[in-house]
Amino acid sequence: MQFSKVSGKKNNHKVTLYALSTCVWCKLTKEFLNENNVEYEYIYVDLCDEDDKQKIRDIIQSKVGSLIYPTTIVDDKVVITGFRKDKLKEVLEI
Amino acid sequence: MTIIEQVRRRAEADAKTYGYYLIPQPELLQGFLEGLKTNEDRYGYPLCPCRLASGIFEYDRDIICPCDYRDPDVAQYGSCYCRLYVNKEVYESKNLPEVPERRPVEKQGRAYGTQAATAKQAPAQGGQEKPSAKAEKAQVAVKKKLWYCKQCGYVVFREDPPYICPICKAKKEMFAEIESTLEFNG
Repeated sequence: MQFSKVSGKKNNHKVTLYALSTCVWCKLTKEFLNENNVEYEYIYVDLCDEDDKQKIRDIIQSKVGSLIYPTTIVDDKVVITGFRKDKLKEVLEI
Repeated sequence: MTIIEQVRRRAEADAKTYGYYLIPQPELLQGFLEGLKTNEDRYGYPLCPCRLASGIFEYDRDIICPCDYRDPDVAQYGSCYCRLYVNKEVYESKNLPEVPERRPVEKQGRAYGTQAATAKQAPAQGGQEKPSAKAEKAQVAVKKKLWYCKQCGYVVFREDPPYICPICKAKKEMFAEIESTLEFNG
């Protein structure tokens, strides 16, 4: 799986964003992380090949149950679905 | 190529027909229209920009915008899952609600190459599977039935009955399956 990495000064958490290239809320999540200088990696699931899509489905389904975009996973533990500024702020201590 | 103004006009006309409004924030609206345009160019139909497509029409038909879930979601939450379509109250207050995903998980999973996985396990005949063969598999996997609205008689041939009858607005429960049999004599 080819994740795109965005570097930032705030790098005390491992932040992984599963997004769709067509999705407004995914775009806003990215913008929010950028604005707050958070280091993260992201992947556009709609642009992945079928093997990667299946891997991503297994990852998201095991953590969320439902396949929702954006899904942000922090430190492989905390899962935030949708563009939730409040939750992102809380978990990332922004 | 789809033209963004066409996508906008179609969404506006559809909102008007159903008494809905489009998301009140212009920059977000533009983002949705662009997402719909990208998907229409990519798949040949304006798939929901907030959901993952399989690229196979039979699998994706419930999430072609306006999706099957829009009307019940607007009725219950004041907006659709994406929040492209909203009701008057949400439009005027500009407070967008949180809308949970109503689409069943098993349908969501169809976009992730589940059929391709099954095909790989099956004994391969004639090597590489063509895209048309994949589409055919979808046809088989999606079992379409005839449904009729007990209230107005509207008939639809698809996997599930609609949440709300497009003709008389009766609820899904008012739909019943038409069971047909073929008899051959002689």
